[in-house]
Amino acid sequence: MTEPILKLVNLAKHFGGLVATDNLNFEVEPGELHAIIGPNGAGKTTLINQISGMMKPDGGQILFDGGDITHMSAPNRCHAGLVRSFQITSILKNFSVAENVSLGIQARQGHSFKFWNPARADTALHDPALEILNAIGLGERAEVLAGNLAHGEQRQLEIAMALATSPKMLLLDEPMAGMGREDCERMTSYLSSLKSEYTMLLIEHDMDAVFALADRITVLVYGQAIASGAPDDIRANEDVRRAYLGDD
Amino acid sequence: MSFDLIKTPRGAFNLVLVLLCAFMPFIAPALGQDYYTDVFARTMIWAIAAVSLNLIMGYGGMISFGHAVYIGIGGYAVGILTFHGIESAYIQWPVALAASGLIALIFGVISLRTRGVYFIMITLAFTQMVHFLSVSLEKYGSDDGLTIDARSDFGIPFFDLNDAMTLYYFIFALMMASIYITYRIVNSRFGMVIRGSMSNDDRMRSIGFPTYGYKLAAFVIAGVMCGLSGILSANLEDFVSPDMMSWPRSGDLIFMVVLGGMGTIFGPLGGAIVFWILQEFLSNITEHWHLIFGPFLVIVVLFARGGVEGLIGQLGGRRD
Repeated sequence: MTEPILKLVNLAKHFGGLVATDNLNFEVEPGELHAIIGPNGAGKTTLINQISGMMKPDGGQILFDGGDITHMSAPNRCHAGLVRSFQITSILKNFSVAENVSLGIQARQGHSFKFWNPARADTALHDPALEILNAIGLGERAEVLAGNLAHGEQRQLEIAMALATSPKMLLLDEPMAGMGREDCERMTSYLSSLKSEYTMLLIEHDMDAVFALADRITVLVYGQAIASGAPDDIRANEDVRRAYLGDD
Repeated sequence: MSFDLIKTPRGAFNLVLVLLCAFMPFIAPALGQDYYTDVFARTMIWAIAAVSLNLIMGYGGMISFGHAVYIGIGGYAVGILTFHGIESAYIQWPVALAASGLIALIFGVISLRTRGVYFIMITLAFTQMVHFLSVSLEKYGSDDGLTIDARSDFGIPFFDLNDAMTLYYFIFALMMASIYITYRIVNSRFGMVIRGSMSNDDRMRSIGFPTYGYKLAAFVIAGVMCGLSGILSANLEDFVSPDMMSWPRSGDLIFMVVLGGMGTIFGPLGGAIVFWILQEFLSNITEHWHLIFGPFLVIVVLFARGGVEGLIGQLGGRRD
């Protein structure tokens, strides 16, 4: 048995009386795509916020790649190889598409206290950025202002920015949010192509995508993991059917 | 962020502004209005302060309502050292710039932990503290200010700040340098980080930038640059007073930046010039010139988001 790359130990978070994460325990194995599903308000985004360091848990531990990152800042978690994407598209709208991705690359090339040479002319930033954009299918749009992209393209850029940081593991918060069927299918096959390279934790409402992509699925209801296992087991699980998928 | 003096209408407008500054000592006597030269020297000093504010406000989203404090720090450093007989520029200038930077570091460390209105209020509060401190300095003139007997001495032949032309062109050169340095900074890797943080701080942090440190560095750079304008002001006016760092002066700086176009390279220069022209003409018409000036600013903010520069740019140039 390999060491898990991400491990949550008794993670807890509440907002006033509302329990968002209820002594949650689970593990993600290196190389797997682990999906988290659950009804609205199950605490999925809150969970990603805690794992990515944007929100402090009230209790418990987050272990990543052999270290305790519970109290590590968000930027440092990114440097450790854990990067997230956002459910609500969070790109730099007044920057070009290429610049958005370049920033992710810049972040991994050491500190940015470099005050004089223009970043735009820096091939060490621009070339790898273009490579990532070509791979994700936005190469033609590199010089467009990110805010002017279509919704589906912005969702792609959202992922491209995360990839630019050379992560070990991706935390994907509803990458298909707001996408049409066609874009969804394209994103699904793109994420599938990333499976060989990255460990992924995927939150997604699109069940077709989840069951097509996931190696394992954890079902979250009111901040608790009520089931965890292979897609077929989850599909067959009675508790899950009742709580989430419906009886039909 | 372009350093454009030719290519677009806006660039041409910038060029006119720069030429106006460059030749004012010749234009003013030709018009029979010699004092315009002094007005422009003063305006360029304000432009340096506005350029420094634009660096953090226009490119970093840090709306400091206390930026004039560094003019005061720079000015008083020169004034106090001269008062004690230290006139060498090689002591005065480093001390004044270091003091400005140190104050910016202290204020920045605390105020950058806040955002939005809180940031505005806390920078204002800090400035008021220093303002009242300067008022309490009885030895150095309190409210009445401090007259400076001698200008900074560089000890170089033919480079004497007592010579009006030398001082004017020294100010001009330093203003152009400030604009150029800002241009280099905002386009550098560092500049990308502070602009990115203005655009979306959460995202910048999540892709690995500890933005606080970068913003703090920008805040200190802006403080030092603004301290420079204080040094020059002390030399031009031979006088410093608490008024130069009172909060309305900080407000004036924000006006200039907004007027000229936030986040544009030459905007603060245009803003400073338009500000002084308006003040000059309106105060000739009525002593209640703020009554006209205020609504004018509202109109600029509502209808010309890019300020004066943006307005000119819309005549044919592309916003970038």
